[in-house]
Amino acid sequence: MAQLNIRNLTVKFATATGSFTVVDGIDLHVDPGEVLAIVGESGSGKSVSMLAVMGLLPDTATVTADEMTYDGRDLLRMSRSERRKLIGREITMIFQEPIASLNPSFTAGFQIEEVLRLNMGMSRKQARVRALELFTAVGIPQPEEKLKSYPHQMSGGQSQRVMIAMAIASNPRLLIADEPTTALDVTIQKQILDLLMKLQEDYGMALILITHDMGVVAETADRVVVQYKGRKMEEADVLSLFESPKSAYTRALLSALPEHATGERLPTVSEIFLREDAE
Amino acid sequence: MSDAKDIAVVEGRALVQDYQMPGSLFTGSKQVRALKGVDFRVAQGKTLAIVGESGSGKSTLARIIALIDPPSEGELLIDGQPVDISRHRPGPEMRSKVQMVFQNPYGSLNPRQKIGDVLMEPLVINTRTPAAERRDRAEAMLQKVGLQPEHFNRYPHMFSGGQRQRIAIARALMLNPRLLVLDEPVSALDLSVQAQVLNLLADLQDEFDLTYIFVSHDLSVVRYIADDVMVLSKGEAVEQGSREAVFADPQHPYTQALFAATPVTDLDAIRARVQRRKEARERQTV
Repeated sequence: MAQLNIRNLTVKFATATGSFTVVDGIDLHVDPGEVLAIVGESGSGKSVSMLAVMGLLPDTATVTADEMTYDGRDLLRMSRSERRKLIGREITMIFQEPIASLNPSFTAGFQIEEVLRLNMGMSRKQARVRALELFTAVGIPQPEEKLKSYPHQMSGGQSQRVMIAMAIASNPRLLIADEPTTALDVTIQKQILDLLMKLQEDYGMALILITHDMGVVAETADRVVVQYKGRKMEEADVLSLFESPKSAYTRALLSALPEHATGERLPTVSEIFLREDAE
Repeated sequence: MSDAKDIAVVEGRALVQDYQMPGSLFTGSKQVRALKGVDFRVAQGKTLAIVGESGSGKSTLARIIALIDPPSEGELLIDGQPVDISRHRPGPEMRSKVQMVFQNPYGSLNPRQKIGDVLMEPLVINTRTPAAERRDRAEAMLQKVGLQPEHFNRYPHMFSGGQRQRIAIARALMLNPRLLVLDEPVSALDLSVQAQVLNLLADLQDEFDLTYIFVSHDLSVVRYIADDVMVLSKGEAVEQGSREAVFADPQHPYTQALFAATPVTDLDAIRARVQRRKEARERQTV
C-alpha cells in the first residue's frame, strides 16, 4: 500500500480578483522507502501540493481532494490534534533556506533539543545526548561545539545539516525536502544529497524531493512527477523519464539543459512546447 | 605597431584585493585577502567565464573589472590603457566601455522607476543625447532584447524575472559598451527562461562584437557560453585555459572536485545508480 496517496488534489487561493487555481487535479503517491522527485519551474505548484499535505497553507487557500491519505488515514478529515501527532513526527519537512529556517536567537542545540522534548517527550538530559547523536549522524564537524553555536555562526551547508538532524529526530516514515540544496554551492549540494540518500537508505524512510534541477533528479530519484502550471505532465521512473520522455513539456525541459546543447543555440521550452502543442 | 585584434579588451595583471574587517572593542581589525594576484586577458568578441563557489573571490574580481572597486594591488587595462579608479575617476568614455549586469533582476532595478527611464538614465548621465533621440534609442533597445516598445512606461513589478533580466541587459547596452561584466546573470532564472536569456546574450555578442566576463558557479552554463575558463578558489586562479582544455582534462584537484560534484543527467550514470539502489535494496530484504 502506498504510504502517501493523493487523488485529484486541487488548491485554490482566494485573491482580490477572484479565486486562482494553483494546483489543478494532481494524483500522486509514494511507496514506503521510495524516493519521489517532483520537478517543475516556479509557478508549477510543486511546493504548494506538499504544503497542502503538511497543512501549512494560509487560510486563503482552499484544499480539496478525492483522497488524501497517509498510511490509510484520511488527512483531510483528521482532527487538528490527530494531525499534529502525524506532522512533524511521522512526516517531516525541510526547506530551501536553511539559515532562514532556524531561529537566530537560539543555539542550534536548544532548537533540536526542543524538538526532542516536545515531540518525543524526552527529558532535557536525554535530549542532549540524542541531539549529539543526531549531529554526529548528519556529519556536523565538532558536533559538541556546534550544539552551542548560533545559526549565524554556521555556514549554509551546516545549517541544512542541522535542519536535517531536526527532521530525522523523530525517525519519520516520510521526509519532504523542498529544494534542499538550491541555495548551496555545488560541492556542498553533493554532500547534502549524498547525506539525504544515505539517511533514506539507513532509516528506510520515503523521501519526496521537490526540485527544479534535472541534475538533482537524475542523481537521486526512483520515480519522477513532472508538474507544469499546477498540472501533472508526466509520471515515470527516473530512467524512462530521461531515456524516453513522453510529454512535450518534459522533452522541452530536457533539451533546454545547457549540457544537452548540440548546436549554437539552446532550444527554449516555449519554442518546443508550443510547436509540439500545435502539431 | 601591433594589430588592433592583438590588444586585449580587458587585461588584469596580478590583481589583489584586500578587505578590512572591522574589529570590535577588544579585537583589532583584520585584513582579508579576497583576491591573491590574478592574471587574465580577453580578446574582443570572446567570453571569459570565471567559475568558483561562494567565497572564491569571483564577485570581487567582477567588481574590479566593472570599475566599481579599485584593486589593492595590480593593474587593470581596458583596451590596452591602464585604468586606476582610485586615483582618477573614470570619465564618461571609460564608463561607457564597461557595463555590468547583476545576478538578481529583482534587486537591480529601482521599483519606482519606469522601464523607459531605467534605459535612458545612462544616456542622461554619460552623454549629451537629446531627449527625443534618447527615447528612440531606448525603444529600439527594448525590441532588441525581445520586449515591446509599449513596455516603455511600465514599472519593474509588472515584469517576470526573465523579462527583468532582459531589461537589465538592455540598460547595460544603452551606451554601446565593449565589455559586459555579467555576474551570475541566469542563476536566479527558471531553466526555460535561462535558455532564452543565454540565447539572447549569444545573439547580442555576435551583433555588437561584445566581450563578456561571465561569472558563474554553474559548469553546464559555462560550458555552453565560454571561450576561456578561469577557476577561482579562495582568491587564487587555480586553473585557466580554453573551454575545451578545461572541460576535457581538468588539471587542478579543485577543478576535478567541482566537476565530480556537478550533477549529471547522463543516461549511463542514471542506469548505474538505479542498478546500485536495486542491489542495495535486495541486500536489505535478504
